[in-house]
Amino acid sequence: MRRGWFVPTIAILGFVFLYAPIVSLVVFSFNESKLVTVWGGFSTKWYGELFADPQILNAGLLSLQVAAISACIALVTGTLCAVALTRFRRFRGKTLLAGLVSAPLVMPDVITGLSLLLLFVSMEALFGWPAGRGELTIILAHSTFCMAYVTVVVRSRLSELDLSLEEAAMDLGATPARVFFDITLPIIAPALVSGWLLSFTLSLDDLVIASFVSGPGSSTLPIVIFSKIKLGVSPDVNALASVIIGIVALGVVVATILQLRRPKERRA
Amino acid sequence: MTDAALAPPAAAPRGLFGWTRTRLIRMGVTGRWVVILPPALWMTVFFLIPLAVVFKISFSEAVVAKPPYLPLLTFSDDGSVQLTLHLSNYLFLFQDSLYIAAYLSSLKIAFISTIFALLVGYPIAYFIARSSDRWRNILLMLVILPFWSSFLLRVYAWIGFLKNNGVINNFLGLFGIPQVTMLYTDFAVYLGIVYTYLPFMILPLYTNLVKLDGSLLEASADLGARPFRTFLSVTLPLSLPGIVAGSMLVFIPAIGEYVIPTLLGSPNTLMIGRVLWDEFFANRDWPLAASVAIAMLIVVVVPLMLMQRAQNAVVEGE
Repeated sequence: MRRGWFVPTIAILGFVFLYAPIVSLVVFSFNESKLVTVWGGFSTKWYGELFADPQILNAGLLSLQVAAISACIALVTGTLCAVALTRFRRFRGKTLLAGLVSAPLVMPDVITGLSLLLLFVSMEALFGWPAGRGELTIILAHSTFCMAYVTVVVRSRLSELDLSLEEAAMDLGATPARVFFDITLPIIAPALVSGWLLSFTLSLDDLVIASFVSGPGSSTLPIVIFSKIKLGVSPDVNALASVIIGIVALGVVVATILQLRRPKERRA
Repeated sequence: MTDAALAPPAAAPRGLFGWTRTRLIRMGVTGRWVVILPPALWMTVFFLIPLAVVFKISFSEAVVAKPPYLPLLTFSDDGSVQLTLHLSNYLFLFQDSLYIAAYLSSLKIAFISTIFALLVGYPIAYFIARSSDRWRNILLMLVILPFWSSFLLRVYAWIGFLKNNGVINNFLGLFGIPQVTMLYTDFAVYLGIVYTYLPFMILPLYTNLVKLDGSLLEASADLGARPFRTFLSVTLPLSLPGIVAGSMLVFIPAIGEYVIPTLLGSPNTLMIGRVLWDEFFANRDWPLAASVAIAMLIVVVVPLMLMQRAQNAVVEGE
């Protein structure tokens, strides 16, 4: 097919649009001047300040903890849900479960946050648990919406999976649990990894839901960043952003290289 | 996995474990309920019940107390139970023009942003779908990469870009162009939404366009159609499902957006997510916030149902 100039030009402009703000964010993190967007010479002092700020470090640590635990809970419940929806023919409430688990994907964050907070407040009034709000309530909230994403990822992998392997194992007398752990799990492992990573990232990224369900003294990283940037730009946020973007870029590049290599190995 | 495969083996296992298992099976609890129950219970407790709680609290009366609302059910000393439902929160949504205006404004902002995301996203998706295999993976990775970094920080990046002595104005200043106010305007909100949701538009479009049969385009060209004509009468209609899916993935979350209008918009940029937030955090009116949430749910659910219907129509048409 003949190639015009129009589509490539727009596409390249599109990629410039996607990356220009990020590049400028990183460039100005090395700016000496406190005026973030006026260049005042090269400096790494904002990185020094970033790693000396206990508020940011504590929030970062809390966020990583919440993200790791939520991702693990979501991985287990989400995988169970995906198995139930793809492998069990019919059970009472199957349609309801399918609807329930995909609803958080489209639910506005403000509603999810508000509804969970009201639940936690009512639960505390009725049973005295969870006492107050903090890390536990954030984990419960994040696990819930991450579970929806894990279910989507694992479910699509399970539904395209060749059933004959599982059937063969069952014909040979393996119990359903044995089949799952010995056959299904190793095959869907890549989907589990991407589901976990997706959950981890989403949890790390969430501001709105965490703002509703967190208590005093349990501010996650996005809550701290948000309160900083509501007042305008600040160079240490640029430094923090550059660190996060660096880690993410490295991770995605490594993952892509691994993924591009795999099919070749299989063919060989 | 069939039901038969999940049925218990004939020989009953011994011990306490076996006894419990036999009891459970007799009660109709088989192995598959061990799989179904945890996610079902989790979603019921942390998704379904919370929505019911919001619905319930939307009918109660706000008070200055902890928690800041009155119970619906009150028990008197003589044993009678009184149920008080306050419709005033919902009536207030209609009486005060702020709420209707905020809902309409959210729909407008989400709609315009979706159109622009489509206009920007379509050529990119088309370009990627028509690239060689090697380039395709790299370009796709480039589209997804920003999605993995923080949403908040991507919005933040635009503050530095748009503000009065920001990157764009400094650049324009080199050519003697006077400063343009871009930050804290509706324009910045549109830009922010298009920017952050662009991957959600590109990915479904790409998935659709990459499946497009090249021979159809060749046939159209052989019949004398110009590239633009081919695009209008072949590519565009065939990519309609991708357009619908991508647009919904941008439109629906954009309606409830809170962060972007707060950071990039003016104080007058009305969006319903922001109104709910302020009602809850600034005014501490929990019942009113709950009724705003219920009304918002209805606003979100209607476009979703329309999408479902459109999708079904496409599937039936095929």
